[in-house]
Amino acid sequence: MTITDRPVDNGVNVQALLGAREALSAAPEAAQFTWRASCTWRNGTHSRSTVAGFTGLGAEQQHRTTYEFDVDHPECFASEDNGATPVEYVLVGLVGGLTAGVAAVAQHRGIQLRSVTATIEGEMNVLGILGADPSVRNGFEAVTVRFTIDADGSREDLEALIAQSQKRSAVFDIVTNPTRVLVELA
Amino acid sequence: MQTSAVVVGAGHAGLAMSRRLTERSIEHVVLDRGEVANSWRTQRWPSLRLLTPNWQTRLPGHGYAGDDPDGFMPVAQVVVTLTRYAGLIGAPVRTATTVRTVRTAPQGFQIQANDDVLYARAVVLATGACNRPAIPGVADAVPPSVTTLTPLTYRDPGQLPDGGVLVVGASATGVQLAGEIHRSGRPVTLAVGEHVRLPRSYRGRDIFWWLQATGLLAERYDQIDDLARARHLPSPQLTGTPHATTTDLNALTAQGVRIVGRLGRVIDGVAQFSGSLANTCTLADLKMNRLLNRADEWATASGLDDELPPPHRFAPTRVDPRSPLELDLSSGEITTVLWATGFRPDHSWLDIPVVRERTGHLRHDGGVVTSAPGLYVLGMPVLRTRASTYIHGAASDSEALAGHLHCFLSSQRRWQGIRLSALMWLSGRHRGRTGPTRRQRIQSTAGHMRLSPD
Repeated sequence: MTITDRPVDNGVNVQALLGAREALSAAPEAAQFTWRASCTWRNGTHSRSTVAGFTGLGAEQQHRTTYEFDVDHPECFASEDNGATPVEYVLVGLVGGLTAGVAAVAQHRGIQLRSVTATIEGEMNVLGILGADPSVRNGFEAVTVRFTIDADGSREDLEALIAQSQKRSAVFDIVTNPTRVLVELA
Repeated sequence: MQTSAVVVGAGHAGLAMSRRLTERSIEHVVLDRGEVANSWRTQRWPSLRLLTPNWQTRLPGHGYAGDDPDGFMPVAQVVVTLTRYAGLIGAPVRTATTVRTVRTAPQGFQIQANDDVLYARAVVLATGACNRPAIPGVADAVPPSVTTLTPLTYRDPGQLPDGGVLVVGASATGVQLAGEIHRSGRPVTLAVGEHVRLPRSYRGRDIFWWLQATGLLAERYDQIDDLARARHLPSPQLTGTPHATTTDLNALTAQGVRIVGRLGRVIDGVAQFSGSLANTCTLADLKMNRLLNRADEWATASGLDDELPPPHRFAPTRVDPRSPLELDLSSGEITTVLWATGFRPDHSWLDIPVVRERTGHLRHDGGVVTSAPGLYVLGMPVLRTRASTYIHGAASDSEALAGHLHCFLSSQRRWQGIRLSALMWLSGRHRGRTGPTRRQRIQSTAGHMRLSPD
């Protein structure tokens, strides 16, 4: 590891995170969050989802602004391709979560990052979603994430970074473990 | 009956405490629902051996004196050792005495045991950390056609039906039983969540030699960053075998055991395993290597590099990328599920609600239950140091807690004396010159002190 005089700054406020961990352990009801999105069908396979507020810390919270996401299928599926496919949003969520984790863990461990890039691939046999082969599942057969990291740390340090990031990632947990899902008519 | 201290449980921790109390001439009694070393007699499978080498398995005033210091004590010998120790130290053990409730009383605690009521000014809970199996809620969804059992009811593979066995959990218990059951001809699938990988030996020395030499076992509870995590960590993947073999996941894979991810849920009879197996294994490998780095640094700093074989690293855990994510438990392939998912202490008989955390665990500060003065707990993982998890940890823990208990009893007596003097002084003033003289008051107080049980 290169020793520099400058303090490690990955732009992550680790003190705030550690403080939150302590405060929320003492007040577990405030640790209960509900994340929300709403979705409106546009036309065909195109829909637009918005994310604005969520519940947490015992109160209603608002994002700085409302975020909008167009969801569609590509033209090769006879759609208009007005946005990324739903499964690509899952990939975006997973790699975004892991990258945030890499930065936070690096900050906590005193590792200065210079650049972090990642590619993510999900393999899927679409015979599953087409209902053409009951032995094929709808979802990904496998997901591969490949990080390229330029940082003040040994290869072992960086391997530990991405391992710890997976361990603490909500999306990684959601993707790798079963989750109870209830879909109902309002 | 009234006594100074009641120790609940006549295992290694309760006996160590008894010895410490005797050393301090503190009157006490040790209660056990069965015999000495009851859990070792009735709730451990016969092939089990201690994880710690014999040289490390010591009790207060009693070290290993056999001819195999590097061996690992079979459970039957643990029973013999503890029984002999109880006699050696003259521990006042009341066997076949089940404690039904412990609650606070004006002068300390009221203990209901069998049909007797005892009063004591201090109570030491030494009933152990492994009273009840911690079985996950997913167990309810296992099809009824599948036999389920826990390490507390497991004896040997012969009690299992023929067919495949799903062992859930890869702690010391899980890896040991997976290996033993697989050798019996029942193909084992092992569901692996977060685990602690350790080699049995490194650079020619047992891993516990390293843990002790590097000072890791002596790390105090109040110096550990994440104490809750340290206390709830699964036991390391170690086995006490006659030939000191390593029983990590690679060894089990080589043996033919199938490794799958953590068991998530069972839906319509199908078990689903986590896809995080690769990272779970990477984390354990990285953590083991950090420990070995620390061991090597210590060896260099201690000038031992010439004496010891050179440093090396173990092969990373091999994870089969095609390891199944699902297993149909109703197909007949799996006939038994063994829950090696950890244990919980059972303090349900403790009728002092203020001592519990949100999680149901006892709230204590290194074994001192501060919210109920006079109450102590002993023989729990990382109670006062990392060594507390193992038998020899009770030697220093019991010394510290008996010291605290002794001070507590003495201060209580002092306060009682002061309270009594104050009362007499007040009543003396009230009655004017007809009250007791100062000398009479002192004698009376002294008399009280003599009368109080010691």
